[in-house]
Amino acid sequence: MGLNEKPLSTLHEKASYDLADFDVPTGREEAWRFTPLSRLKGLHNGKAEATGQLVVQAFTPSGVSAEWVGREDPRIGRAYVPADRVSAQAYNAFEKALVITVPKEATPDDHIRVELRGGGTDGASYGHIVVVVEPLAEAVVVIEHQGSAVYADNIEFVVGDGASLKVVSLQDWEDDAVHVSHHHAQLAKDATFRSFVVTLGGDLVRLSPSVSYTGPGGDADLAGVYFVDAGQHLEHRLLVDHSQPHCKSNVDYRGALQGEDAHAVWIGDVIIRVEAEGTDTYELNRNLILTDGARADSVPNLEILTGEVAGAGHASTSGRLDDEHIFYLQARGIPFDEARRLVIRGFLGQLIERIEIEEIRDRVMGAVEAELAR
Amino acid sequence: MSTLEIRDLQVAVDDKAILRGVNLTVRSGETHAIMGPNGSGKSTLAYAIAGHPKYTITGGQVLLDGVDLLELSVDERARAGLFLAMQYPVEVPGVSVSNFLRSAVTAVRGEAPKLREFAKDLKSGMDALSIDAAFAQRNLNEGFSGGEKKRHEILQLELLKPKIAVLDETDSGLDVDALRVVSEGINRFRATGDTGVLLITHYTRILRYVKPDFVHVFAGGRIVEEGGPELADKLEAEGYEQYTKATA
Repeated sequence: MGLNEKPLSTLHEKASYDLADFDVPTGREEAWRFTPLSRLKGLHNGKAEATGQLVVQAFTPSGVSAEWVGREDPRIGRAYVPADRVSAQAYNAFEKALVITVPKEATPDDHIRVELRGGGTDGASYGHIVVVVEPLAEAVVVIEHQGSAVYADNIEFVVGDGASLKVVSLQDWEDDAVHVSHHHAQLAKDATFRSFVVTLGGDLVRLSPSVSYTGPGGDADLAGVYFVDAGQHLEHRLLVDHSQPHCKSNVDYRGALQGEDAHAVWIGDVIIRVEAEGTDTYELNRNLILTDGARADSVPNLEILTGEVAGAGHASTSGRLDDEHIFYLQARGIPFDEARRLVIRGFLGQLIERIEIEEIRDRVMGAVEAELAR
Repeated sequence: MSTLEIRDLQVAVDDKAILRGVNLTVRSGETHAIMGPNGSGKSTLAYAIAGHPKYTITGGQVLLDGVDLLELSVDERARAGLFLAMQYPVEVPGVSVSNFLRSAVTAVRGEAPKLREFAKDLKSGMDALSIDAAFAQRNLNEGFSGGEKKRHEILQLELLKPKIAVLDETDSGLDVDALRVVSEGINRFRATGDTGVLLITHYTRILRYVKPDFVHVFAGGRIVEEGGPELADKLEAEGYEQYTKATA
């Protein structure tokens, strides 16, 4: 994919492996206007030296390989081309990449786990992960981010013909962590991709999940839950690029915000190109603003370049807790604080319920409970 | 033995006076029907007693066994023994019926019920109201039909065992079968003897199943006539016209 093949969208006009192709953002750019650059600790301007302590460990079930490879490995950068300055910075700065391969037709009996644990915010870390799911294979990957770090990375999910990949990415960082990440899924013919993003921790997290298709029949479902506390900036930027006919995408992100300067940003871009006839897509973002001083920016963009779509829609709502919900629960004797927790838990829980692995679902629910108890 | 005493209650919505001095006493073992035309303030009375934030109390008192409910929060009123069966129960996404009921029972009783006991109570309560067992796992009121919502309100009534129950148009939107099931639930609750019921309705139909001891006619934000069950018969025959004219 070269510079000229990207969609017309002003948001995603350029992609390159070369850092020099991207100017240092000033904050005035559309892609950066919501992000507090001063809190990126230099990830965006080349000042963040790769002297950080971040340990990445992969745990794979039998039949699945995990290798650490050098930058020259041909599997790197095949599915994804960096789309912004920090992404390009990460691409140019990582030393070794983790490549996980699920062989053709394999159906591992357990999920693949990748643990990233940061050891502090002195110095930055850069990473690159490639997950290849070969044709007709089925796999689940759980990515957990913990500890404290200044970290930029790119993750490529390469989902082969008729293959299925489910990803849960949990951003459960300490309060001071800074994390800028791109998750790109490339779906071959009839491939299925399910992404579930949970972002709870960190001072600043900017996560950009994107999807592209290389054949018809691809089906992508991108769900996300975030809980933003005072002072946190949690940003999710979705991009689904429909360039093949008869593919599906569904985006559903929900967040709750509480406390002074809690800031959520959600950008949902869907592009349906001329050749993507029969596309079926829907994107939704809902924010529950629990206190004064919290702010949610939610921007859905749907760019349709063909007249032949099966369905295309988007919705975005940001609002307070519904007084009628709270009244009903309180009228049954349930105290206000508990009524509030029940409603918020219900709001996020409806999405969390969709996580199929019970152990992971319970962990995510537990992490949300912990946020509610704060 | 409990007593709900409503004294000269005055309520406004957005600075507009709705209730203009309501006086009413409900004791354990008594069933009072409040009847009246649409817009007479019947539902306002119910929601004001329960503490809905939309209604502003501009005067009067509501005492439950001497405690002024108006000084309490919504949940404190419920824990003090007041129950409001709502005309339009709201849908709460993502909160399951069983989770909700357990939270409510725990709050009202002051301790969590034993799991097995609760499951048993819930099952027999649901059976008695012909509520499908699968309802327990559904989201609160979400996708419930009108009749299902009302049955679910009565299920809560029976589980929470309040001192005083205010039933706000529980009969509205019910077909005869559902009305019978719901009425039986109310009668089971009444048969416990130590509870009072304030039944708000537009129609006399439910009063054939749930016999009131007293009937109050509501018009223009106050009680305009009171009597025994025979008053309901008179309303059935003559309608509300004479009262609406009088207050117009």
